[in-house]
Amino acid sequence: MAKKNESEKKNFLNIFIEEISKSSLTIILLAIFTGLILGGILAASTTPAIYKAFGRSFGEGMYESLKLIWETYSSLFEGSFGNLSKMIAALFSGNAKTMESAFKPFLESLVVTTPYIFTGVAIALGFQAGVFNIGAEGQLYMGAIMAAWAGWTFKGLPPILHVPLALSVGTLFGALWGYIPGWLKAKTGAHEVINTIMMNYIAFNFSEYLIRGPFEDPTTPFKTPLIEQSAHLLRFFEGTTLRLHIGFVLAIVVSVLVWYILYKTTWGFELRSVGLNPHASRYAGMSSSMITILAMTASGALSGMAGAVEMLGVNFRQTQALSTGYGFDAIAVALLANNHPVLCIITAMLFGFLRHGSRVMQINTGIPIDIISILQAFIIFFIAAPAIIRSIYRLKEPKPALELEKTA
Amino acid sequence: MAPILELRGITKRFPGVLANDHIDLKLNKGEILALLGENGAGKTTLMNILYGLYSPDEGEILINGKITEIKSPNDAIEASIGMVHQHFMLIPVFTVTENVMLGEEYTQPGGLLDSSRAAKKVKEISNQFGLEIDPYTLIEDLPVGLQQRVEIIKLLFRNAEILIMDEPSAVLTPQEVEDLFKIMRSLVSKGKSIIFITHKLHEVMECADRIMVIRAGKVVGESTPSKADPKKLAAMMVGRPVELNVQKEEAKPKNTVLKVENLTIVNKNKKVEVDDISFDVKAGEILGIAGVQGNGQTELVRCLTGLMKSDAGRISILGKDTTHSDPRGITELGVAHIPEDRQKDGLVLQSLIQDNLVLNTYYKKPFSRGIVLQPEVIQKNAKELVEAFDIRTTGTAVPVSGLSGGNQQKVIVAREFSRPIKLLIASQPTRGLDVGSIEYIHRRLIEKRDAGCGILLVSTELDEVMQLSDRIAVMYRGKILTIVDADIVTKEELGLLMAGISTEISAKKRKPKKIREIVT
Amino acid sequence: MANKNLKDTIFEKDPVIRRQRIMGVIFLVIAAFIWFVFVRTTDPAIQTIFVMTPGGSVATIADLTFNTKAILRIITFLSTVLGVFQLFKGFGKYTNGVLGFEGILIIISFLAWGAAGGMVNVGGMLRIAIMRSVPIVLGAFSGILCERVGVVNIAIEGMMITGALVGSMFGSVFGLWAGVAAAIISGGLTASVHAMLSIKYKVDQIISGTIINIFTVGLTSYIVTKILQVVEWQYLNQSGFFPSFDLPFFSKIPFIGPILFRQNMFVYAMYILVALLSVALFRTKWGLRLRAVGEHPKAADTLGINVFRTRYLVVILGGMMAGFAGSYFSLGSLGYFEQVMSAGRGFIGLAAMIFGKWTPVGSLGAGLLFGFAESLSTNLSILRFPIPPELLLMVPYILTMVILAGVVGRSQGPAAAGVPYEKESL
Repeated sequence: MAKKNESEKKNFLNIFIEEISKSSLTIILLAIFTGLILGGILAASTTPAIYKAFGRSFGEGMYESLKLIWETYSSLFEGSFGNLSKMIAALFSGNAKTMESAFKPFLESLVVTTPYIFTGVAIALGFQAGVFNIGAEGQLYMGAIMAAWAGWTFKGLPPILHVPLALSVGTLFGALWGYIPGWLKAKTGAHEVINTIMMNYIAFNFSEYLIRGPFEDPTTPFKTPLIEQSAHLLRFFEGTTLRLHIGFVLAIVVSVLVWYILYKTTWGFELRSVGLNPHASRYAGMSSSMITILAMTASGALSGMAGAVEMLGVNFRQTQALSTGYGFDAIAVALLANNHPVLCIITAMLFGFLRHGSRVMQINTGIPIDIISILQAFIIFFIAAPAIIRSIYRLKEPKPALELEKTA
Repeated sequence: MAPILELRGITKRFPGVLANDHIDLKLNKGEILALLGENGAGKTTLMNILYGLYSPDEGEILINGKITEIKSPNDAIEASIGMVHQHFMLIPVFTVTENVMLGEEYTQPGGLLDSSRAAKKVKEISNQFGLEIDPYTLIEDLPVGLQQRVEIIKLLFRNAEILIMDEPSAVLTPQEVEDLFKIMRSLVSKGKSIIFITHKLHEVMECADRIMVIRAGKVVGESTPSKADPKKLAAMMVGRPVELNVQKEEAKPKNTVLKVENLTIVNKNKKVEVDDISFDVKAGEILGIAGVQGNGQTELVRCLTGLMKSDAGRISILGKDTTHSDPRGITELGVAHIPEDRQKDGLVLQSLIQDNLVLNTYYKKPFSRGIVLQPEVIQKNAKELVEAFDIRTTGTAVPVSGLSGGNQQKVIVAREFSRPIKLLIASQPTRGLDVGSIEYIHRRLIEKRDAGCGILLVSTELDEVMQLSDRIAVMYRGKILTIVDADIVTKEELGLLMAGISTEISAKKRKPKKIREIVT
Repeated sequence: MANKNLKDTIFEKDPVIRRQRIMGVIFLVIAAFIWFVFVRTTDPAIQTIFVMTPGGSVATIADLTFNTKAILRIITFLSTVLGVFQLFKGFGKYTNGVLGFEGILIIISFLAWGAAGGMVNVGGMLRIAIMRSVPIVLGAFSGILCERVGVVNIAIEGMMITGALVGSMFGSVFGLWAGVAAAIISGGLTASVHAMLSIKYKVDQIISGTIINIFTVGLTSYIVTKILQVVEWQYLNQSGFFPSFDLPFFSKIPFIGPILFRQNMFVYAMYILVALLSVALFRTKWGLRLRAVGEHPKAADTLGINVFRTRYLVVILGGMMAGFAGSYFSLGSLGYFEQVMSAGRGFIGLAAMIFGKWTPVGSLGAGLLFGFAESLSTNLSILRFPIPPELLLMVPYILTMVILAGVVGRSQGPAAAGVPYEKESL
């Protein structure tokens, strides 16, 4: 590689900046940052009060805009994490009640994060195998409602049996919801993107039917019966309003397990091979169609587990089906984590915290929670096309590490 | 008289590579200039610059003495330059006429396409230059030789005066190559000028008016067929004396490792790809299958390796019936396969070299215990193989996509050879490689043969088949026309067989006089 | 041999034979279903009346009255024959047509049984079916444009939602036609983002489409919550819709007149677009180049066609079509915007495109079938059909999956669709 003929007096700072500008972590952070700015601009530009302020004077308009943006993001932050000083004070005070309210935002955010970890890993697993599972939402639904069914139908079981049973039922139905599009792809070549989306709509409508029909609680309309106490997931802070439950730990364990399988076992080797090059994998003796089916089924199972965990740990009954957006959020989680299962934990936390904080944000500033979807879209947009970030911030491109092939 | 085309000082750099280094070239009207060089020498880059697909970093192009800027294929077409690429630029689902007129469409007054007028023009050109074709056939229904004609008609439709042909003989039988040379001479007799790119010495000797040799981006020699000596040309191409013939001893075949009986494969369009063929391969010999691409070889190999199901017949490997076996079952019997399309079937490009080296053995000890992979063993294995097979790379934990074609092929060879194998099926093992890599792979194949392995070599390069094989079979339209000993058959006879003209190869060394006459 | 890109999936057994067998079995299962559930439970004396004129039309033709059980028996027989033939021989290139025919048989059987002893207005149903098919067909057109030029577009749904919202808002303030124009422009703008991401930055086209879907759904919900639901801004969401009108002379043709020619602007536009698009794609210079770029962009490039520019322009055009399709929901049907109005029609449109083999006429047929299935669902609930309405809503989606499983898949589509074009060495 030709070395430039300049003096090698690059000092440490230059090298540091150069490395930073090439690193992909930088891209991710800048993507998030840029996304936040664009989100802020959107918020400001759709608030009539801002226009009135600009009408009075440019300075006032800018002041009001920045104030709105600041309020939006700070309430977002407080809603997700909580107030740092309050938390420190509470720790020192030792008072249980103050600690509870100070740490509530953070711990509740973890609760919201839990299903994101499961679904993010589910999508990431699919991507690594070369399948696009857009059906996480539907799989989650089926997992939730069937886990609920197992939760209220079996009475008198000890928790040690009931919880795994209900979880398994939910996971199984999620797996089924993933298996069908997977099988169709393997045996008929039908594209899984359309089929998984169709399965989503089928899941919504089917759940609706169940909630209004055979699964309806005779005492309250359009709700399923409450699940038995024995099916509840263990809560860490029983007796308080903190809902953090063992599902969170389960999510972490599952993501580590998936990581291990993907990178340390022969199964994972095959799966990743097929995802990268199904032809060469077949040639090498692997069965592409079986891997496709397995990957979609596993992906569905994980999303089903997400639904089951939410049901048994948080909701305890299913009400009218509402689109939660988990399906698309999960894609964002997986893409940001570059499809790495353990990194999904971190990116899931990002989106979980954002989602949870956005509820407080909506209350305080009137900015709808949908802005989170918009933020997400911006972030994935910048991650998917890092060249855009590079040109905005004038970063250097990383040099290709290896010699390119000579052309004839 | 000024040359019709002149290139002065053309230089082109790619990251890390100087593809063209101040190249000067002159082409006179009505002549055929051959650009000779091995794979990777820079010939195609130079022609891509001439055709406007690349822009040169330095240098200029002169057409009829005037400096002309060619920034896109449109400019080249304006300058009456046309190019027939090595991989055809034809749209399979369109007709001949649609392909020919694409970009220069004939329209009716209303704005709609005027296909009949265009078809008439195509017929005109085809008659004028001896390029028989039916303007209304779909490209996907045409054999490769005719497809090439369509490419040439495309150029003539646009009144090209300077025609560039990139490795045109790669997909043709020797007879079709003769026909092509005839067409080329007809074109120049009508005033066209041709540059043709090749790495095959004998074509250059037969067909060119002038020869230019390119190596590593530079012009290293010019000559004419009457003055040139093939050995010297080869040495100029590669930069060192080249052994044109592979040294090998007499084969000592033993037991049968592969037996194919009445194999028939029918594809989903009901076309018979492989038609009731039978042959066998013994340990310690190389059976070469010669034939032009598209006569059933690909399907045969896919079936032997378990990737495709046959419709009738039997395959046995080392005595075991493998007609219905899957790829892994076949591999475990001790069979190795070097696939035709190395990037699609042979390697996972984004994966690391060390992972590619265990692509079909990762599930076995010592590379894994149960389902748990053993990364240290995998890495050690990779280091050893890189060393043993002289694979040029910066490390083993590097994606295989970064290697050159020759080194990528070496990875595949290393992988396949590192297991104890009794049968090797090698498909186009040296396609697109530089001379050094070709020599290396030929040597390893002979080594394996001498070590007792049976080798089935499938190649469209007739020279390669003739040099390496102990016995040669010719495939044509899914049938095996004949199987002969390599040392008694001539290239001409093979050529006729490859074109479907079945001749009897006499058991004695007497060659039919008639054929001799046709060739000289 | 064509170089297939690495994203083609390959599977051991030949998918064509398998698909054919699966379809054959499905036909037989349907025949069995009709027999056991419908035929057995029908009183032999009962009759069904198919009213053949939509309500309020000028021309009338006689109602069709027939013995329910007999018709159902005939349908069972036909379905069985088709099933057996498909299972053992296969219909080859007529498979799609046969699949469509089977779909019609199923619908007729449901109608006959559901309305046994009474009447159902088939004329009216058909008329509604055409209306329902509009967004699906137009969505399919958008898909055809984009895929034929080589860019897979799963963001049709997102472009539709945007078109619906923009159409309603501009329609409320500036009038219906302005709304339509604005919707078309918004579709084009959205598509330009998809084009930029997938063509210039070579982002995977499915991911790029997903980004657009996430963004548009989020943005439209945001605007509804933040602006349109606020009392003082509610006037922005009251556009009203284009009324149906009779096409003079044509609407007087018996039976098909009131069905085809008493529709609103969108339907007539759909008729015109089918013809226009077919001619443009297959008989013009523009169409030839477009298809060349989608089949073999390198070939087109070497002949001087600008692959990038062609793709950009056509994708934007496709987006405009999708925006127009979306404006149907608000300006052609409901009269205002509601979240999740499109309910997946953008994706069903893609299925219609595949079913219709990437041709406008084929997509029209496929879209009509889906539209018919939708209008069947609503009719059945009116008929007190013993299946709960929520389950009936699932029908279009299940039908989509069945069709996708049965039709010849992506391998029949434009060869270079989904692959970003790299202008590199040949």
